[in-house]
Amino acid sequence: MAENVLPFKGTKAQEEQLMAVIASNKEVPGALLPVLHEAQEIYGYLPIEVQQMVADGLGVSLSEVYGVATFYSRFSLTPKGKHRISVCLGTACYVKGADKILTEIENKLGIKSGECTPDGLFSIDSCRCVGACGLAPVVMIDEEVYGKLTPKEINKVLDKYIAEEGGDK
Amino acid sequence: MTLEELNKIKKEKEELVMVRKVVKEKGEELAKNTGYRKQVLVCGGTGCTSSGSKKVLAALEKALKENGIEEEIHVVRTGCFGLCSLGPIMIVYPEGSFYAQATPEGVERIVKEHLKEGNVVKELLYKETVHSDGSITPLSETNFYKKQMRIALRNCGVIDPEDIEEYIAVDGYQALYKALTSMTPDDVIKEVLDSGLRGRGGGGFPTGKKWMFAKASEGDVKYVCCNADEGDPGAFMDRSILEGDPQCIIEAMEIAGYAIGAHHGFVYVRAEYPIAVQRLSIAIEQAKKYGFLGKNIFGTGFDFDLEIRLGAGAFVCGEETALMTSIEGNRGEPRPRPPFPAVKGLFEKPTVLNNVETYANIAQIIYKGSDWYSSIGTETSRGTKVFALGGKITNVGLVEIPMGTTLREIIEEIGGGIPNGKKFKAAQTGGPSGGCIPAEHIDTPIDYDSLLAIGSMMGSGGMIILDEDTCMVDIAKFYLEFTVDESCGKCTPCRVGTRKLLQYLDKITKGNGVPEDLDKIEELAQHMQKSSLCALGQTAPNPILSTMKFFKDEYIAHIEDKTCPAGVCKSLIRYEIIADKCKGCTLCARNCPAKAISGTVKQPHVIDSEKCIKCGVCMNNCKFGAIITK
Repeated sequence: MAENVLPFKGTKAQEEQLMAVIASNKEVPGALLPVLHEAQEIYGYLPIEVQQMVADGLGVSLSEVYGVATFYSRFSLTPKGKHRISVCLGTACYVKGADKILTEIENKLGIKSGECTPDGLFSIDSCRCVGACGLAPVVMIDEEVYGKLTPKEINKVLDKYIAEEGGDK
Repeated sequence: MTLEELNKIKKEKEELVMVRKVVKEKGEELAKNTGYRKQVLVCGGTGCTSSGSKKVLAALEKALKENGIEEEIHVVRTGCFGLCSLGPIMIVYPEGSFYAQATPEGVERIVKEHLKEGNVVKELLYKETVHSDGSITPLSETNFYKKQMRIALRNCGVIDPEDIEEYIAVDGYQALYKALTSMTPDDVIKEVLDSGLRGRGGGGFPTGKKWMFAKASEGDVKYVCCNADEGDPGAFMDRSILEGDPQCIIEAMEIAGYAIGAHHGFVYVRAEYPIAVQRLSIAIEQAKKYGFLGKNIFGTGFDFDLEIRLGAGAFVCGEETALMTSIEGNRGEPRPRPPFPAVKGLFEKPTVLNNVETYANIAQIIYKGSDWYSSIGTETSRGTKVFALGGKITNVGLVEIPMGTTLREIIEEIGGGIPNGKKFKAAQTGGPSGGCIPAEHIDTPIDYDSLLAIGSMMGSGGMIILDEDTCMVDIAKFYLEFTVDESCGKCTPCRVGTRKLLQYLDKITKGNGVPEDLDKIEELAQHMQKSSLCALGQTAPNPILSTMKFFKDEYIAHIEDKTCPAGVCKSLIRYEIIADKCKGCTLCARNCPAKAISGTVKQPHVIDSEKCIKCGVCMNNCKFGAIITK
């Protein structure tokens, strides 16, 4: 886990949303996973404060919530960047050089996979197969899929995002 | 819903859908009754959506309006056609013109020249469908489709997955009606048993037997589950079925429910598959609305409802007991078996759990009968299998072949061979649990037993083609990194064993391996196979064992000669500039992050291998192909 966790900045509206989710799932058997999915949707990640609310709301212990939240790779305990870069390291992408794409992105942004840039703009993650194997190697930035990439092309793609954010290359 | 009502909908929609399924002339005949001159099918699967099919669809609708023909042309967004590498894909019926890699600009031309004026835009068609004399072959006769047989994928790329009536038009829910009204649960189970259908998730356990055990278990509450947690990286069969034909899964799960006496089902699907989740949700809503889900289905007194549960990115949840633990809201760790799920499964109740592709065969088996199904395939492996063909192959995509088709047919005919004139080295099946099939076994028929016999496995259907540029030790390492990440940690053989195996491979790929390492790997692998709690750990050594079996020389080259024959393992390769080819453009030197390249303008450059960090930037940038690895 990253050392420098940003202070939790949840709003009242988010809390109300979460409470509504908890209320509607309370009687569902096996509610913890669906609730955590929605909680992450609301807050963008699952800080300990949110886990505590889920635990209290569902009447389970915080350690149980923490255990589940840390077991599944889709749940994140740390905030993600404004632009979430997800590099597919599935087999089809790997044999077509996805590792080189990842290295290129890491070098360019100066952070490693799993980290977020200090300005909070970009975070990098690797994922296992988005299912667009016909386009391998594939990178997802937010909801956009970029396929058939080369290190050179991903550079251009990143430049576009950096320019949009008003930074220089 | 009654049979009359079902058949009425079927009749109304049948011609509309049949236009897409029959030969051109018949289609033209049928099209006259549909009210549409032409139909345009645009793939809305994940592959084509990623390559921009939404923009194509928007451009299509806009252009139709601009040309004033939106009333005459029926636009359908379908699921996957299979040829993902050519996406976005667009097909025009009744003639079946196959437009590949469609762009918004191209679509404007197609609408004007083809749909309005009736002249096919030949240069935008998939080139394999256009002959040198200008004639056009239908898609079904291209090499990619010719050898395929589509049962599980029968409706993918044919119907609109968000319209239940199109599913009904292709005999949807007829099997459920037949099962509920004219078969006993035992008849249903017998039919599935006789069909010879085996689990398509990888295990290959006879589906009918699974159902029989669950039916035999005592209990007032039982469950039916569908495993759509497709975790093998590089496999997308299940996703494509859910995206292209979600109703067939609902129908099959109900049939399973009727057979074992369950009234509640769960589909556990990866959260990483948003399109599949959305289409399945729509399908469930529609099925409820039409009375195929809920109380007293077809007036027979049979009740069934269905929920979706989202996975959260844990490979181990593809294992049946882990999947159920996850639905229960816990960490998805496997449980010891016995008790088997058929006896004590989800929420401790008897449960049947099958994979998406398995279910996709059920309605057809019930509707057409087990004799028909068991006539396809080989003695011990009946029916067809869907593969997600990927890696170093021309036609990346989804293929469904009768069991017993050889690997050579898949690669050379359906797959279109290896691109860039490279040599085929091996096919990897079964992902992190499977093994590889080397070139010398290219004529192996694809069925459960033949693959096991050569030390590989069917797996869930990922088939990654590797060429001569792939290092087999590196591939084994890739899979071990995966299993180390995904081992849930509950049992020691898997948790520690996978890590230990990876350490050996790491050592070997770094050039520090010793010959004894190979013996130690084999010994450890045997322990893991025998003592791991679930299939994840039991099969985790397979990628190493099978590459060691067929490519021992590569392991030995890494260990004894300290070389990587494929030129992949960084520690064992050197980048060099071929002086004759180097023009001295300085591009490599300027881009080298380690400042390891020196030379003057217009003179051949040299790489200082002491400084080189082997990042490969120079090679990627060189316009003259002057940089090679040794």
